[in-house]
Amino acid sequence: MVDISMRLKFSRYRVDREPHIRVNYANCRTCKQRACLTACPAQCYLPRQEDGVVFNYEACLECGTCYIVCDRGALAWEYPKGGYGVSFRFA
Amino acid sequence: MNKSFDVIVVGAGPAGTTAALVLARKGLKVLLLERGEYPGSKNMFGGALFGGVLSQLVPEYWQEAPVERYIHRKMITLLAGESAVSLDFESANFKQPPYNGFVIQRPRFDRWYAQEAVKAGAVLLAQSTVEDIIREGSQIVGVRVRGRRGELRANVVIAADGVLSLLARKAGLRGDFRPDQFSLGVKETIQLPPGAVEERFRLTGDEGLSNEFLGRMGDGLHGGAFLYTNRSSLALGVVVHAHSLKDKKAAIYDALEKFKRHPVIAPLLEGGRFLEYSAHLIPEAGVAMTPKLYTGGMLVAGDAAGMVLMGGVFLEGVNFAMAAGWTAAETAANACEKGRFDAQTLAQYRERLEGSFVLRDLNRYKHVLPVVLNKRLYEVYPSLVCRTLEKWFAVDGQGHPKLASIVKGLLNEEIGFWQMARDGYQLGRGLVW
Repeated sequence: MVDISMRLKFSRYRVDREPHIRVNYANCRTCKQRACLTACPAQCYLPRQEDGVVFNYEACLECGTCYIVCDRGALAWEYPKGGYGVSFRFA
Repeated sequence: MNKSFDVIVVGAGPAGTTAALVLARKGLKVLLLERGEYPGSKNMFGGALFGGVLSQLVPEYWQEAPVERYIHRKMITLLAGESAVSLDFESANFKQPPYNGFVIQRPRFDRWYAQEAVKAGAVLLAQSTVEDIIREGSQIVGVRVRGRRGELRANVVIAADGVLSLLARKAGLRGDFRPDQFSLGVKETIQLPPGAVEERFRLTGDEGLSNEFLGRMGDGLHGGAFLYTNRSSLALGVVVHAHSLKDKKAAIYDALEKFKRHPVIAPLLEGGRFLEYSAHLIPEAGVAMTPKLYTGGMLVAGDAAGMVLMGGVFLEGVNFAMAAGWTAAETAANACEKGRFDAQTLAQYRERLEGSFVLRDLNRYKHVLPVVLNKRLYEVYPSLVCRTLEKWFAVDGQGHPKLASIVKGLLNEEIGFWQMARDGYQLGRGLVW
């Protein structure tokens, strides 16, 4: 598996103190599919050893893939506050 | 700042900025809201801008706009494990003004374009994320921005807030976002050594190439890849169906890595320096995902309304977004003239779009969707074509069998003749007749 964090070091972020996506982990614990783990292009979702996931919002590219593949309704998904989050330069 | 406008446009991408530009030129009081640090900073696409609509609004835009290269050469490539078959189209006509299309980078281009709207008199407010709409009865009368800007009011709100249009969702104009309606695209921009772009893609001057690829992407993901030539760098990436990401448990960055290592691609990237990795969703279900396009006080345009033509051979969104933004502006201006902003008055937005190429093309190519969702398009046919030609062209001392016998041999291994005939009909219905 490619370690995407090395690539994201080149991206420009302004990280908010508050996460723009909130995960209701109670819903993830019983999720067998955990599609977010591989679907997120920025590897923001990591598996917990037993079950469930851990989410880190800092490297989020704001694409929304996690939101549309999650069928547990575990995500309260919003865009970051104005001016926060990723700023593309060559996209 | 005065908090009341004729029109508020949410999102300074191609749809929103076009709407703001047209409205400002008509002398209307228009506010353009953008959540990014600056317009374009949240935007990403493969790389091709088709300027049919833009050149009507900003004649000879390529003189001013930050464009990379004009596209005079279009390649479509079928990719198998070790080989590739390409259709390589090139036209001298595409080298002449007004040019068919340009490779651009959205952070630079969208920023320039938003300034055109500002020059025309639109008020641009970046770093402003809209969190909700404001309703009065059945009418939408404004938006609420997160932070100190608070409530902003207008007679018409144009939702051009992009592929994951939370505004259209909140207004009840569309249902839940489903994985079968979207593709995910990731892209890397790679700086090449001086002169390498021209040399490796045999380009002179400002000539440019767009190349789309079809084949098995990574571990069973369905989709394609793309490669566009910037001035001195390359934009390349992979696009896969969101539902296959969900089903296959394979990662898109692994698919991108595999694409970059393909023996046909790897030499093109040699000596390259990585600049940026980006990701974005693409609405790809066409008319099957078109939301309700208007309600009292609101219109939806661009990606927010799923206005992307993704037919395998076409990949067009910006041109559609600009046309829809323009039409939304005309509709809003007309409503301002009448002083009526109810759903009935704004219904002409849909009628106008039906009369233009926007909904006409999306309707015309609506049967492409089953083709695009057909897994054999990725898993079987590209490698079938490549293997057929490899066997046919190979000089191995056994002589050349005739084509039909090679195809017949391979068909038995993978799929039957009738399956191929049915898929051929599906493709024909989608794209040809």
